[in-house]
Amino acid sequence: MKDLLDKRLVFVTGKGGVGKSTIALALGMAAADAGKRAIVCEVASQEGLSRVFHRNKVGFHEVKLDNNLWGISIDPDEAMREYVLLQLKVKAMRDLLFRSRIFNYLAAATPGLRELVTIGKIWELAQPNRKVRGSTRYDIVVVDAPATGHGVGFLQTPRTFANVARVGPIASQAEALDAFITDSKRTGVAIVALPEEMPVNETAMLEGEITGKVGASVDRIFMNALYPERFSSDEADTLESAADNLDGPERAAALDALREHRRANCQGEQLERLEEMTNAPVTTLPFLFEPELGAEAVRTLASGIAA
Amino acid sequence: MSTSVASLLEGKRVVICAGSGGVGKTTTSAAIAAGMAARGKKVAVLTIDPAKRLADSLGLPELGNTERQVAPELFEEAGVDAGGGELWAMMLDAKATFDEVVREHAPDPETRDRILENRIYQQLSAALAGSQEYMAMEKLYEIWSDDRYDLLVLDTPPSRNALDFLDAPKRLMQFIEGRALQVFLRPTGFATKIIGGGTSMAFSVLRKITGVDLLEDLAEFFQAFQGMVGGFRERATKVNELLAADETSFLVVCGPQGEPISEAVYFHQKLEAAEMPFGGVIVNKVHYDVAAAQDENDTDVEEGLTEALGPDLAAKVASNHSDFQALAKRDRRNVVRLAAEMQTSCVIQVPYLDEDVHDLAGLMEINRYLFASGAEERVALAAER
Repeated sequence: MKDLLDKRLVFVTGKGGVGKSTIALALGMAAADAGKRAIVCEVASQEGLSRVFHRNKVGFHEVKLDNNLWGISIDPDEAMREYVLLQLKVKAMRDLLFRSRIFNYLAAATPGLRELVTIGKIWELAQPNRKVRGSTRYDIVVVDAPATGHGVGFLQTPRTFANVARVGPIASQAEALDAFITDSKRTGVAIVALPEEMPVNETAMLEGEITGKVGASVDRIFMNALYPERFSSDEADTLESAADNLDGPERAAALDALREHRRANCQGEQLERLEEMTNAPVTTLPFLFEPELGAEAVRTLASGIAA
Repeated sequence: MSTSVASLLEGKRVVICAGSGGVGKTTTSAAIAAGMAARGKKVAVLTIDPAKRLADSLGLPELGNTERQVAPELFEEAGVDAGGGELWAMMLDAKATFDEVVREHAPDPETRDRILENRIYQQLSAALAGSQEYMAMEKLYEIWSDDRYDLLVLDTPPSRNALDFLDAPKRLMQFIEGRALQVFLRPTGFATKIIGGGTSMAFSVLRKITGVDLLEDLAEFFQAFQGMVGGFRERATKVNELLAADETSFLVVCGPQGEPISEAVYFHQKLEAAEMPFGGVIVNKVHYDVAAAQDENDTDVEEGLTEALGPDLAAKVASNHSDFQALAKRDRRNVVRLAAEMQTSCVIQVPYLDEDVHDLAGLMEINRYLFASGAEERVALAAER
């Protein structure tokens, strides 16, 4: 895992519902355990971090969650404000702008601007010499990025703006952001997949788009929630023939075992497909038989990731 | 909780499947469409999903911005007699649809070209708040107006926020009618100042942080939409009327874990508040606890299995069983909460199947649950799968 955790910035993406947020947090924990100062960023105010850590809303603040581990939920409006504060040193000018209706309407209506300032804030967090007053220096920033489809557009936003704006401060800043995202020494992407046919197809497609269209480096694919192979084929045969003579809970238990066996087999096939269809190294993570995933369960995944 | 998709959709002509990402919305939409086609209806399913999942599941090599028919032979191969029913599918291209809308509503060719050629429009219209969702509605309305199908099934965009598309017509209207635009459009407004090299204080400060080119393009982009307001407003009103009509039904799709269930409950509240016709909720990938559903006590299965399986395998089977029962208990608890909070009995649970759905036969397997007469039949099916 050294490669991924040695980057300054890691985007975690994948199809909806595959466990991106959990893996992003687990990566942050793994980095923190390795002695790095890590911050995990949410970008869609989902507040998953606050749920996992049973705390109040994280919000647009860098909140310390654990030893070496911080979290932030990036709100585009706040990010926009902060951006202007950094750009305009003269208070009178800032006030003029914030009071200006034009600025407020433009800020709300310009397509893609919210994504751009969100990435701008992520970039700012990843800087070794941050300009925000009293700020913490992080070794690694892990982003719980938007899902497939939106994810590629999100990562492309800086280049799109650089193209549209051509010259001027936004253009040069967008270029700097794009250069950062596409610099494989500093920025990495992890894709999260599930061992099912369509998520595997999407992961392969997403890897192609991120390396091709965006030009960023996909360093790792996580195959999440793999069932353990609990029963051998021989055992399954035994169960198959025994199930007919069982009834009640015993029969239900035997059928559960057979289903687990079939699922694990199917998942194994999907894992093979994923490895064939993608280029980045694949790390497998176990399905956790926990009704709800809390901090401890994520920690289990984190130790699996670090190993 | 006895209900079936067939009874939910009686008399309906539009079904909108809504829910957060990753809960099986696309597969559910395709299954419902296939199921209704198998019942003799002429059905079209529309998806906006850029990942071509629907094409995958229907054996179509690709889907474009127009409908394509799923080969009737596929139904035969899956052992289904569609009896005159037809299944059509399309994948919505939001940008192409936006272009069509602009062409239709632009007051003159000059305005049309100004919008279509504007670089902000070309590169960023997909990022315009609500535009993807709105274009899905727009296409739905267009196909509905053509009156060529008995039923339309819409798989809503996989946005993080499942509610975005409900607000989409309103949000896009707010953008077009909005004051940002108005400020630009006044004869002495901002756009004139920018294009004419205005020197107001706010402008020069703004230029300082954006660059003048970007401002010019933005001004032109906003200005170009001026002439479209009327046609657009009219259309958005009609789209909203279709969404709220009696012949429309919203199905909420979710998974059995705590978070998707909470999102489904929240989404249902929003539907009610917006006075949209809610049909029912479909919970995918449920771990059925068959033994508990049949009211059998959870005795010590390990002991009971030892004779048949030997002690080692019996222990493994018992421990595996208790793992899955824990998941089943959670799922049952969550589904009970879902039904209580939604105050509905229309809850259809589809079990976590052993194999992935990737063809019509797979969709028909899901349909055994979706179209089962009620909960009892579904439990019976799940027990023997």
